[in-house]
Amino acid sequence: MSSEELPLDKPQRVHRYALIVRVAHWTNLLCLTILLMSGLQIFNAHPSLYWGEDSDFDRPLTAVGAFPGWLTIPSFQDLATGRVWHFFFGWLFVINGLVYATYCAASGRLARDLTPARGDWHRIRSTVRDHLMLRFPRGPGAANYNVLQRLAYLSVVFVLAPLIILTGLTMSPAVNAAMPWLLDLFGGRQSARTIHFIIAALFVSFAVVHVMLVALSGFLNNLRSMITGWFSIAR
Amino acid sequence: MKCTASRFSRRQFLAAGAAGAATIVSGGCDRLSAAPTFREFLAGAEGLTQRVQRALLWRGSRAREYSRADISPVFRANGSQDASALPPGYSDAAERGFPDWRLQVNGLVNRPSSFTLRDIRQLPARSQITRHDCVEGWSCIGGWTGLPLSVVLEGVGLKPEARFVVFHCSDELPLYRDGRNPFYESIDLIDAYHPQTILAYDLNGMPLDVAHGAPLRLRVERQLGYKMAKFLNRIEIVSRLDTVRGGKGGTWEDDGYEWYAGI
Repeated sequence: MSSEELPLDKPQRVHRYALIVRVAHWTNLLCLTILLMSGLQIFNAHPSLYWGEDSDFDRPLTAVGAFPGWLTIPSFQDLATGRVWHFFFGWLFVINGLVYATYCAASGRLARDLTPARGDWHRIRSTVRDHLMLRFPRGPGAANYNVLQRLAYLSVVFVLAPLIILTGLTMSPAVNAAMPWLLDLFGGRQSARTIHFIIAALFVSFAVVHVMLVALSGFLNNLRSMITGWFSIAR
Repeated sequence: MKCTASRFSRRQFLAAGAAGAATIVSGGCDRLSAAPTFREFLAGAEGLTQRVQRALLWRGSRAREYSRADISPVFRANGSQDASALPPGYSDAAERGFPDWRLQVNGLVNRPSSFTLRDIRQLPARSQITRHDCVEGWSCIGGWTGLPLSVVLEGVGLKPEARFVVFHCSDELPLYRDGRNPFYESIDLIDAYHPQTILAYDLNGMPLDVAHGAPLRLRVERQLGYKMAKFLNRIEIVSRLDTVRGGKGGTWEDDGYEWYAGI
């Protein structure tokens, strides 16, 4: 049955997300939530940031102060348990990310749905304008990512995620010994710790904008498509 | 106008929802952390980290050594730092240069031995300027001089069943009571024979002060600071850790920290 034959009053549905993408998405939400909150627990053990290899205690880059208990795992000061949570979900985050990235590359999703198409660049001005005015596409095009979405997802998956993993590893003395180039790449262990913190903040900003746009462009439809895979297209 | 107002409240709703969710996650995780089996399950990642790091990273790799110019102006001390955590008379002994102090080496060794501070200072020394990474997150660079642990181990001769090196200390955390629960730590033979693993007696060219673990402390440069036991008085070679003291291989480990502190 072609789309022309569908009754006009019934919304058309497209299968937007493969199972592996949906599972990876929700696993990622779990990982990032716990990594953020256990990360803030670890941060609270010494709530100052520095630049370079070592900590110049008299001149921190910033002393943001400790985060409140309701934002940390556990909710009370317990660095040992915070680390246990952080490293378990760090592993899960890495494994989940590798599965997702491999799937995207192998299935063609990376090339088809995430890489900006040639025509996208010509429309970038109008896409930005539409986004700022909160005008979202309707009809069959609504299921496809526009160029801003593509750039946002690409940079989170292929720039921010690898960077937060690498800066995390640069804080490991064992990894430092085997791969001292990581220290040079990030300008020292304390710089790596600071960058790790900044990227975590960028993840939070991404999540805020992401959830806001999901809510504004059809919350239930978007949510359903990430749970069941099916996205309905309004006519 | 109406539209903007509804959007604003939606944003507020989302923000409140996020804060509420964080509180629920935080509280839920507290309950999960308190369940020993769940905590053990999560802590299983430590074994994965250790195996992967040991498999992927070259065992002989050395921690970066820095130049004199990189030495931190202040090397922060942590853990036990003063007389309150040490046996009575420790500060006096420190002032007199620890004349009665001995380092015992025993356990699964062929020749149990005892060293004075003078003995140790006369053996081959290694100096290294390295970065000390505290589990809390800060780092300091300091220059250490000491006796490579491998020299001691070769001197006493390990029995074939030897697997771990346990360091017994003079301090009690957080406060000295009766000396029955002194600080201890342990490492495996891979780290024990690593060329940068030394029993340090000098920091930045000066004999160790009490805050930094006088007269002798451990340096294990590919692990975090809490592994680097201070105020050493005995080294014991064992085949397993579960029968030693609290059973987890160290004072911090018995308190929930990872035994493998490479990350």
